[in-house]
Amino acid sequence: MSDQDKDRSMLLQKEMLAEHYRRLEAAPETREPVVYTFVPGNLTELIRSFGALPVLPEINALQSAMRGKSQGYIAAAEKGGHSEDVCSYVKCDIGMARAGNVGPTGTRLPKPDLLLLSYTGCYTFMKWFELLREEYRCPTVFLQVPYEGDGSQTPAMRAYVARQIRETLIPALEKATGRRYDEDRLKESLARSRAAEDDLVAVLQSARKTPSPIDAYFGAVYYVGPIFSAFRGTEEGLAYYRALREEVEQRAARAEGPATPAGRLDAQKYRLVVEGPPNWTHFREFWRMFAEEGAVVVASTYSKVGGTYDLGFRHDPADPLGTLADYCSGCYTNRSLPARVEMLERYCREYSADGFLVHSVKSCNSFSAGQLTMLREVERRTGLPGAFIESDLVDARYFSAANLKNRLESYFQMLEARRTGAAVPA
Amino acid sequence: MTEPSPRAAVVDWAAQIAEDLDFAAARAHLAENPGRKAAGYLPVYAPREIVRAAGMLPVGVHGGGDRLEIIRGDAFYQSYICHLPRSVIELAQSGRLDFLSAVLFPATCDVIRNLSGTWQLVSPEVYVRYLDLPQGGASELAAEFWKEELGVLAADLGRIAGRAVTGDSLREAIAAYNAVRSLIRELYRVRRETPWRVPSEELYLLLRAGETVPLEAFVERARAYLAAVEADAGRVRDKARVVVVGAFCEPPPIGLIKTVERAGCSIVDDDFLLGNRMIDGDVPLDGDPLGALARAFVGRAVRNSTLYEADPEGKRRLIGERVAAARADGVIFASASFCDPALLDRPMLRAGAEAACIPCIAFQFAENTGQFQQFREQAGTFADAIKLWGGE
Ligand code: SF4
Ligand code: SF4
Repeated sequence: MSDQDKDRSMLLQKEMLAEHYRRLEAAPETREPVVYTFVPGNLTELIRSFGALPVLPEINALQSAMRGKSQGYIAAAEKGGHSEDVCSYVKCDIGMARAGNVGPTGTRLPKPDLLLLSYTGCYTFMKWFELLREEYRCPTVFLQVPYEGDGSQTPAMRAYVARQIRETLIPALEKATGRRYDEDRLKESLARSRAAEDDLVAVLQSARKTPSPIDAYFGAVYYVGPIFSAFRGTEEGLAYYRALREEVEQRAARAEGPATPAGRLDAQKYRLVVEGPPNWTHFREFWRMFAEEGAVVVASTYSKVGGTYDLGFRHDPADPLGTLADYCSGCYTNRSLPARVEMLERYCREYSADGFLVHSVKSCNSFSAGQLTMLREVERRTGLPGAFIESDLVDARYFSAANLKNRLESYFQMLEARRTGAAVPA
Repeated sequence: MTEPSPRAAVVDWAAQIAEDLDFAAARAHLAENPGRKAAGYLPVYAPREIVRAAGMLPVGVHGGGDRLEIIRGDAFYQSYICHLPRSVIELAQSGRLDFLSAVLFPATCDVIRNLSGTWQLVSPEVYVRYLDLPQGGASELAAEFWKEELGVLAADLGRIAGRAVTGDSLREAIAAYNAVRSLIRELYRVRRETPWRVPSEELYLLLRAGETVPLEAFVERARAYLAAVEADAGRVRDKARVVVVGAFCEPPPIGLIKTVERAGCSIVDDDFLLGNRMIDGDVPLDGDPLGALARAFVGRAVRNSTLYEADPEGKRRLIGERVAAARADGVIFASASFCDPALLDRPMLRAGAEAACIPCIAFQFAENTGQFQQFREQAGTFADAIKLWGGE
């Protein structure tokens, strides 16, 4: 896609990111403090209320992969003793750090003043920051977000998180940034988050329409970018989501589909719900496999890893620490498998899906362990045909284009056959 | 026919129970005690005191090893997920775990975490609880949170068992497990000091059996074993003393443990069945028992790969400390394939070991690994190197 073909929101996002990376590069001179943290359970408003800039290592890893850099980084990490069996995000990040920490946009990333380990929905996060602490020898602060094993957050879980934020995180942020905690500033930021979240939900739910004006998996990766990373609660974030919503609403009014690597997808043959993160090393090629067959994704779970706003959650400025606890708890991978199945079931119905697809990635036990059971359960509950495909996040060795294409083509043929009542091809 | 020696009798008893995929001993115990129920728990650490205090039998669920044919389990797990959950699911789907009224899933890793959800989906009639172990180091806040969690577990198990957990039943259970911990410490001490007298395969089998039978049966056999060992000086063997690190969850096949020891190494410390030794020392019996149990975990859980390391120097120092405490010559990093906690930790632990000039080797296994040749060669070469050149 040339810049001309890109949506206005995409260009806006590109500028926001470039500016953010520029500020990060300049941080050692401008003395803006830098806090590394993870996407699920990120406390961006809190971090920014201390005047600090967030760095999200998963975003760096996935962007490195989209720019063809991840393989070298992974190879370097494995050469340094990291196992082939573990999460490729971690290895990509370690490799990047060891290669001078030049970020995906070509600018140098500063060292962290603080690693804010929000242990939300992923065990590997703990190891990742223990490993980064070895690289940077910097302070680390830990936040345990209890897992919603029984399907919901209990008052005790909520209180535990809120108290850790007050008693541990805030003092650590004060120390790392040299600034006092300013609750009013945090509240203002949370109010902006809330407004942006309304807009994001309107965008995601526009996929209920036929044709869908968005792709809620590949396209949604761009839509959730700012709110999942450094821009939740910021003025730029607010402006971005306003522009995005307008753009999508206009597209919907014109009954147009989203832009895809195979052109604009107006003629949508299959509406799919997708579980699991995408592959980043061949992102556009992967997307094209769907778009060329007329498949549009109408809902996905990956677009909820940084918050499940479509289920109703909004940041509440009236209860700043409680709302941050609620936010963390509700992130997709912090939810039990039955709760994840319920979400998928609901998506299949509410978004009038024709089928349901799991893209399972080798890297991620948090997502992947249990997905085969989820697949069967969603099939059983909805009666929709499911499919299971596999690759990886940022390790290209596990992306087999021919295999995936084959699997997808047979799946689409099967959907077609069901629709026309013809015999299902073997 | 000659009677087996007291020691052989214990080892035979342990092997039979540890290798029994049908949990006959646990089933027999339940049959002999009508109304009594059992609660299973996955690795690594579960507060068995609470299970006992509810009058239930705690049963360790550590997979199926190399004796279980996986028929259904592979339909649940992709090839890039470790072996343990598929053998556990195999046990469950084949009805071998149908005597469990509850199953507890500790926060060991995301595989076990998600297995709790799989269980909820496929066995909705069983009580499933994810045990969200406190992470982040010793803090009063973490202890309070864990105490609350333990309280919920106690109330739930009391309801299932039909016998409320009380302060007295908890204190009794804590005292009983203090005795178990102390016996296990003693077994480890004797092996550490005279490894030729306590082959690691025997120690492993005894501990594994101990997680299936009532605690009293284990205590009796473990005492008999210790007495037999004390009575037999054994033949001193000059082997390389090694610490095995990383096999705290999916257990290595017994054959692998034997292979390492027959290749010239004596295992003088390990993290097999680590839950047994997770709490270092006794849990105090005075005061509020739930609080004591919670604080014992938060303050005294042994450092290991399943827990966050709050001390920035901790990872680098850990192997050196363990090697010094065990007076070991070297370290074998042995992890299950695809085991996130062990494999993500390994580069940090190994860097620390190498910085302290501690010889180490590393390999990966699965619980159903059947070929040990490669391990024999690796361990043999390692032992030779240690003995000849101090590992240089
Ligand atoms: S294991 Fe999954 S959730 Fe965790 S860091 Fe890796 S990709 Fe992210
Ligand atoms: S072997 Fe490792 S990855 Fe597998 S369940 Fe156990 S701790 Fe988790």
